Amino acid sequence: MASSPSIERAVVPRPRETTARKISVFLSQHARVRLAFLLSAPLFWLGLVYIVALVSLLITAFWSVDSFTGEVSTQFTLDNVITVVTGSLYQAVTLRTVGVALLVTIVDIVIALPIAFFMAKVAGPRLQRILVIAVLMPLWASYLVKAYAWRSVLSQGGIFEWLVRPFGGESPGYGLPATIITLAYLWLPYVILPIYAGLERVPNSLLEASSDLGAKTGRTLRTIVLPMLWPAIIAGSIFSFSLSLGDYITVNIVGGANQLLGNLVYTNVGAANNLPLAAAIALIPIGIMIVYLTAARRTGALENL
Amino acid sequence: MHRTTGRSAIFAGLAIASVALLTACGTTSAGGGGGEEATELGDYEGSVSILAWPGYVEDGSNDPTVDWVSAFEDETGCQVTSKTYGTSDEAFTLMKTGDYDVVAASGDASLRLVASGEVAPVNTDLLKNYDGIFDFLKMKSWNSVDGVSYGIPHGYGANLLMYNTDVFTTPPTSWDVVFDKSSEYAGKVTAYDSPIYIADAAVYLMAHNPELGIENPYALDETQLAAAVDLLKAQRANVGEYWSDYLKEIQAFETGDSVVGTTWQVIQNSVTTGNTDVVLPEEGTTGWSDTWMISSQAKSPNCAYAWLDYIASPEANAQATAYFGEAPSSQAACDFRDDCESYHAGDADYASKIWYWSTPIADCLDGRTDVECTDYSAWTTAWSEIKG
Repeated sequence: MASSPSIERAVVPRPRETTARKISVFLSQHARVRLAFLLSAPLFWLGLVYIVALVSLLITAFWSVDSFTGEVSTQFTLDNVITVVTGSLYQAVTLRTVGVALLVTIVDIVIALPIAFFMAKVAGPRLQRILVIAVLMPLWASYLVKAYAWRSVLSQGGIFEWLVRPFGGESPGYGLPATIITLAYLWLPYVILPIYAGLERVPNSLLEASSDLGAKTGRTLRTIVLPMLWPAIIAGSIFSFSLSLGDYITVNIVGGANQLLGNLVYTNVGAANNLPLAAAIALIPIGIMIVYLTAARRTGALENL
Repeated sequence: MHRTTGRSAIFAGLAIASVALLTACGTTSAGGGGGEEATELGDYEGSVSILAWPGYVEDGSNDPTVDWVSAFEDETGCQVTSKTYGTSDEAFTLMKTGDYDVVAASGDASLRLVASGEVAPVNTDLLKNYDGIFDFLKMKSWNSVDGVSYGIPHGYGANLLMYNTDVFTTPPTSWDVVFDKSSEYAGKVTAYDSPIYIADAAVYLMAHNPELGIENPYALDETQLAAAVDLLKAQRANVGEYWSDYLKEIQAFETGDSVVGTTWQVIQNSVTTGNTDVVLPEEGTTGWSDTWMISSQAKSPNCAYAWLDYIASPEANAQATAYFGEAPSSQAACDFRDDCESYHAGDADYASKIWYWSTPIADCLDGRTDVECTDYSAWTTAWSEIKG
């Protein structure tokens, strides 16, 4: 059987020249057009939702409003921004808001660290899954339901008072402490999850090696776990800090007579019908978040996310 | 390099487009009068859209037993679509869209609606139920301008002083328990969370600081406003919380977190613990009197007139005002209600103690011309400062 192998050309039938085929050929030859089509939908969305919204906010802050007819006048003016920057009311409320947001963030991190550590390093796989579900469970309930639940917990003769009375304590009542407690509760899952994910990435072998080399628990945590966990903590803090910064519903429900930046924006949009001033006030949290994110970037936390 | 310029071109394009867009839809010019009043009615258009406070336009979809819209639809063939609003300012903004034929406006919105030309004069001769309405509600500063009527009264109520009977063994007779004597109840005082509450302080000052010369709590000059603000700042130290959601106040009084403060009759009627009571203090008080108005851009003016007439008819008015918790606009409506007494309906003496919500404007409402009054935006700024 020494016949030379017959070379058979596999004949691929030429595809029919449909319109779809033509478009497809055109796109495969023109990479830039293809890219443009792929990007246009997300870019349109990004542009509409973020850029236009932000730009319109920025522009509105430089307008003013006719106090009686409520018409917005599009004359350029710096009045609103000057009022917001120099007014003692806005300075006081800004300080209060930042203070609340910082305390909420600290409380959340302090609570989240041991919980996340237990979930990631101590609990078995089965318990771990149950704990993740347990942490996520509160997110299934409405924000309002949770805030109103805290309102009744912290009220006079509520559960909180019933719990601490035997130890001589009493409910903080409605006010800033109640606001901090409620916000810390609301944002806790958002802080636990990134820290838990961060701890999952810390290899157990490192902890064992550290202990083999004679490091005690404290030293291992300080020099091995914490530096590796830092980006996760920053990520969690961004959630709790930014969410607290913009909140106005919780403080309305449990905050007593206090107001935060969100409330000022809300009253200026609603009660006062002064959109330009509201826009100017809304620039404050945006400014704070830019500073916060820049600082977080400096620590190198954002690169490791 | 090429890519960067491309990207910045996109951004620049977006920025320019958004600016153009914003300027295009920024302002619409405000008319002065707001159209002509109708002289006669034509055929019904078959539909009418209504903007109102919650509980004013009920067609049974919230509670099957609460329905006075279906009867109107059967009677006139005008299908009702309704939208509710939460604050007078929201109503004002929504009316500017021109999508609504009819609006139920409180006094702190009605004048602004007239001024910006959003509502048209209403020919009350065309409304057969107008005659039965209490005289003390007709042609008032919040529903008429220069002798021209801009709507038909709906219902009214007073902001009352509510107190916890466990704490107050003798009922208070004056607002001083929430102002000068509020420190005795520190942390348990409550107040209405709106700039319009400044008028409550002004009513108190009218009685206790006559040298300020306040004639009308909605016409305050700079000094008078400053005095009211000082009073409210002193009160702020003892306020446990402000309320704007009436369910929140009901709960606060039931738990004892609030023991004294301003309230509505409907809140007192809703408190289940039974240890609260209300009083109309000797200084008088503020209150609201709502008006049904017709849009100057109404697409269905005939159905709009039909609705105004229908909602002022005794039975419909009784149902609507009873559901919301306020006094009806006519004596005949009391035949369909058994609680008119608790709302003091038709009691002109009681009604005369109420300063109904009005929009504070620069032209003093009390007729002073030698001084400029503080307007609503000044009140709003002051209110933010009071809360601090």
